[in-house]
Amino acid sequence: MNRMFSSRLFWPVVMLLVLFTINLVAFPGFFSLEVKNGHLFGSLVDIARNGAPTLIIAVGMTLVIATRGIDLSVGAVCAIAGAVACSIILGSPEPGSIGTVAVAVIAALLIALVLGLWNGFLVAVLGIQPIIATLILMTAGRGAAMLITEGQILTVNSPPFKVIGSGFVLGIPVSVVIAAVIFAAAALLTRRTALGLLIESVGINPEASRQAGVRSRGLLITVYTFSAFAAAIAGLILTSNQTAADANNTGLFIELDAILAVVIGGTSLAGGRYSLLGTLVGALVIQTLVTTVYTVGIPPIATMVFKAAVVTAVCLLQSPTTNATFGRWRRSLGRGRPGTRTAERASVS
Amino acid sequence: MSIDTSSAPVDAGRRLLGRVSSAFTSPKYGPVLVTLVLLIAIFAIGGSRYRGFVSGPVILNLFVDNAYLIVLAVGMTFVILTGGIDLSVGAVLALSTMIAASLLQSGWSASVVIPLILVLTSVLGLLVGLMIHIFKIQPFIATLAAMFLARGLCYVISKDSISITDPVFVSLAQTRISFGGRMSITASVVIALLVVLVAFLVLHYSRLGRTVYAIGGGEQSGMLMGLPVARTKVLVYVISGFCSGLAGVLFTFYTLSGYSLTAVGTELDAIAAVVIGGTLLTGGYGFVLGSVLGVLVLGTIQTIITFEGTLSSWWTRIFIGGLLLVFIVLQKVLTARRR
Amino acid sequence: MNAQAPVVEMTNISISFPGVKALDGVNFRMFPGEVHSLLGENGAGKSTLIKALTGVYAIDSGPADSGEILLAGNRVSFAGPAQAQNAGISTVYQEVNLLGNLSVAENIMLGREPRRFGGIDWRATRRRAVELLRGLHLDIDPGSLLGSHSLAVQQLVAIARAIDVNAKVLILDEPTSSLDADEVAELFRVIRELKAEGVAILFVSHFLDQVYEISDRLTVLRNGKLVGEYRTAEILRLDLVQKMIGKELAILDALERRIVEPGGGEDDEVPLLAATALGRKGSIAPVDLRVYTGEVVGLAGLLGSGRTELARILSGIDRPDSGELVIDGTPHRFRTPRSALARGVAYSSENRRAEGIVEDLTVRDNIVLALQADRGWFHPISRKRRDELAVSYIQALNIRPANPDAIVRNLSGGNQQKVLLARWLAVAPRLLILDEPTRGIDVGAKAEIQKLVVNLAENGMSVLFISAELEEVLRLSSRIAIMRDRRLVADIVNDDLTVDSLLAIIADGELTAVER
Ligand SMILES: Nc1ncnc2c1ncn2[C@@H]1O[C@H](COP(=O)(O)OP(=O)(O)OP(=O)(O)O)[C@@H](O)[C@H]1O
Ligand SMILES: [Mg+2]
Repeated sequence: MNRMFSSRLFWPVVMLLVLFTINLVAFPGFFSLEVKNGHLFGSLVDIARNGAPTLIIAVGMTLVIATRGIDLSVGAVCAIAGAVACSIILGSPEPGSIGTVAVAVIAALLIALVLGLWNGFLVAVLGIQPIIATLILMTAGRGAAMLITEGQILTVNSPPFKVIGSGFVLGIPVSVVIAAVIFAAAALLTRRTALGLLIESVGINPEASRQAGVRSRGLLITVYTFSAFAAAIAGLILTSNQTAADANNTGLFIELDAILAVVIGGTSLAGGRYSLLGTLVGALVIQTLVTTVYTVGIPPIATMVFKAAVVTAVCLLQSPTTNATFGRWRRSLGRGRPGTRTAERASVS
Repeated sequence: MSIDTSSAPVDAGRRLLGRVSSAFTSPKYGPVLVTLVLLIAIFAIGGSRYRGFVSGPVILNLFVDNAYLIVLAVGMTFVILTGGIDLSVGAVLALSTMIAASLLQSGWSASVVIPLILVLTSVLGLLVGLMIHIFKIQPFIATLAAMFLARGLCYVISKDSISITDPVFVSLAQTRISFGGRMSITASVVIALLVVLVAFLVLHYSRLGRTVYAIGGGEQSGMLMGLPVARTKVLVYVISGFCSGLAGVLFTFYTLSGYSLTAVGTELDAIAAVVIGGTLLTGGYGFVLGSVLGVLVLGTIQTIITFEGTLSSWWTRIFIGGLLLVFIVLQKVLTARRR
Repeated sequence: MNAQAPVVEMTNISISFPGVKALDGVNFRMFPGEVHSLLGENGAGKSTLIKALTGVYAIDSGPADSGEILLAGNRVSFAGPAQAQNAGISTVYQEVNLLGNLSVAENIMLGREPRRFGGIDWRATRRRAVELLRGLHLDIDPGSLLGSHSLAVQQLVAIARAIDVNAKVLILDEPTSSLDADEVAELFRVIRELKAEGVAILFVSHFLDQVYEISDRLTVLRNGKLVGEYRTAEILRLDLVQKMIGKELAILDALERRIVEPGGGEDDEVPLLAATALGRKGSIAPVDLRVYTGEVVGLAGLLGSGRTELARILSGIDRPDSGELVIDGTPHRFRTPRSALARGVAYSSENRRAEGIVEDLTVRDNIVLALQADRGWFHPISRKRRDELAVSYIQALNIRPANPDAIVRNLSGGNQQKVLLARWLAVAPRLLILDEPTRGIDVGAKAEIQKLVVNLAENGMSVLFISAELEEVLRLSSRIAIMRDRRLVADIVNDDLTVDSLLAIIADGELTAVER
């Protein structure tokens, strides 16, 4: 019981449940799932599907943040990936062939890898502060995306490409499957190997890690590359979903949502211990929030205010101060337990 | 004797050179000096490429166009010096233009509206500061929430642009302090420079200012040294809120309107200016004058783009990113050699 | 003799951290004009008691933390160090808690700078700072950044700051851990002056010599509980150690004997490490040094003599710009600590907090870090092996709490040092460079570590042992290299060396120079 309360995941999960309940009240069919032509449908599925791009980016962002960094360029990378893919498809004689789409997707991902290496190079080799290093690509990247689309919105009509954003496999939306694969891959890759430990160690004390022989340069380059790669995948999903590449708006402000998801999930922006599971919950909270706005019928102009309120609420509830107050309150209710002085970051995931 | 006289200036020269090179590599002054040198270099390049680039009016216009950004950067400098960050400044700026425009539209007098805005934005800063201090919420997130709130309130006030016709605002916007020829500045520039001066004095000649640096150097240490860490940490966000409000007012002098979508992304300009000006994002090192230089660098990049004239909007972005890159890399290279 | 009332009286103090009862009903008092030593093993609760007194930890928040503090007879409850300071309690905390980004003068005067026209009067501030530094015979530029100075100088600056306040009570938590003999003498002179003025001084140190030299009274803690309060003159060393450790141990005996046979490399043997004219501009002059397999070489010298700088170059942290380094007969260029580790050279930094431990990781992760880094991320050490490693080193070094999952940040200073040591032992290097490995470590653990060093050498590991404590260097090393003014001035076999003869070489007729 006590462990549950002090877990960093407790309040985000509670918030998620509260949002679910609100939705359920406003829309009784909220939890119902139905299978139409072998495809799963329902509000929860929508949340998962719409939240997939944010989650994918947030997974990459988690690792970047764990190294004490931040990646502001993910939105721009989304736009570039979308633009590259769409322009290749449009430029090909057979936009509908699987081969064309494969080439387009691979090209987009390769370019993203280069962009990620670039960010990693600036941070790890030149030692530029991450927020500024990635700000460069954030600024220039959208320009580059517009250059690729020549300032147009590129609408593509390619059934195989459309599958990425709105198709189904085994009844489950493809984008959700992709997000699950990326999440699982990241979790396995960092927790089953020593990658996670080394990343955390670099994030907490870079100099001590260096002296312990940790190759922090390589690690940093890896996480920024992975982040860009994840961003590109998210960009492809977004673009495919809209069947159009919009250099100006694809992935706009998605970096903020991703960072929020990471933080709500209990990973500190100061680097160090991270929790991918927390990020998953954080991403769900954010997406459910957006859904709630629609189901409850909050006027669009108040959406931002609502978002601010929820974010603030989660953060306040999660705060060590609140935790300590709760602790004292529970203790004074009877069960005398030794005082918890500093709420440590619980290690989750 | 003759040897003495001939070697003395060489010696002095060498010593000077040593001093200069150690100043450039010192963690304290190095980045600011490099920024200054690079700013001059950009100007030289601009001057050699475009006619009339290095001229009084162009330089003064840099200040006129960026007065609001200078004020934002000053507030941001306080926050970043403590190791925090304030993402809300752009949205709060927009919010204050909206409040100004809508209140003036409904007949309030300017002498009430301006102080009211400053108080409101300071209070918002206070709330953010309390959230950060008492609830230990990370500054990035607390100010992000404030950004959503401020932007949201903008939409709640109005989705459309509201123009300002209040005589006080109009006259403040149009008054030009002339230096003869085509050289003149606006009232906003004077206000912005005053803010810089006050900030400089506070940071270097008051205990509050020194505590700001102390927090950036090590919050725990500062606390153990008996400094008023808590109060100061909250106060920097109040200062940043105040500066955002003031910047909003200056912005309305510049545009004579309020619009909820103004200054999207301006927080990043302010942060970039502060960092380019040599302040470390981890806190503890930096100068407010550096931030002013940072704003001027960004402004000069903009000016170059204007002079270039023919750039399409996407090339403009790539160009800004590229210049930012060149600048930061040069700064890094020139200040390197620290262990 | 003490008809006076105590100036500080703490009764029944209890403080808990998650999972640890750091203090359990402890009583403690201090009289004006007395030096009172607080003793106990690593993790006994000394620093916690100090922090309870100065308001870092509130004692009246919650049922688990309790107690009463009287200052000059009045009940006090400080909400933070600032209040304690205003009430006349001036403190130097265990880890140097100053600001590397500000100047020396500012660090001394911060928060109480003289003012003029409503603003800080920088001239007066500097003047006052210089006076205080002179009081400790410290001749450094007050305008220089604090971070550019060695730990010892920082320690002295912290002391200068503490004695500036017009204090009734001066608390010094392990102030001497990084000072050399002269500096300790200087500090003791100042302490005696303050004592004569009626200041009550709380002194914490693991050096029993110092405790006996300076203190009038002492209090012993063990595992968060009070063992007792004694007059220094009335308690024997052996009894004292026994009270600290809780059982009889032949530790003192072990601490007095030389435990290594004098030796030195044979001429025909290939040295494990041979540095020829290895130097770095602005750091150390070219150095020639050889270390043979299975020997312990001591590296002695005053603070700032270049000991740490040499160690950093040998271990790839800083790059040399002249000379060459030969390992096992093959020349090597270490560009990173990693490359040095790959050749079996490990370095344990003197700066535990900044360059050693990874605070937010567990004891287990800290111990396996270097080993894991060496294997690369793709070859994780199995969970079982990690547990084994952690448990065995926790036992071998007596790390407390004996919990592999404890977060290292929450360990006491001495235990953090042990965790760091365990990390390097786990990689089984061929040459282990230990920079002040026993700083801040209690008597028992110190003897353990010394024994360990000797055992390691017997099993074929070479050790380069850096310590400001000459007795320790003498006891352990078969050969001693001495540095002065950033150059190596002697390299001698340790057969009949004594502290005095060593000191003579270190000083060599020159004025004892403090770091520039
Ligand atoms: N912030 C904290 N959180 C959790 N546990 C802590 C914290 N600070 C100290 N402890 C624990 O409290 C106990 C007492 O620690 P303390 O620092 O007072 O020891 P000490 O006597 O000063 O030891 P040393 O000689 O090593 O400095 C230790 O077991 C330590 O692990
Ligand atoms: Mg201690």
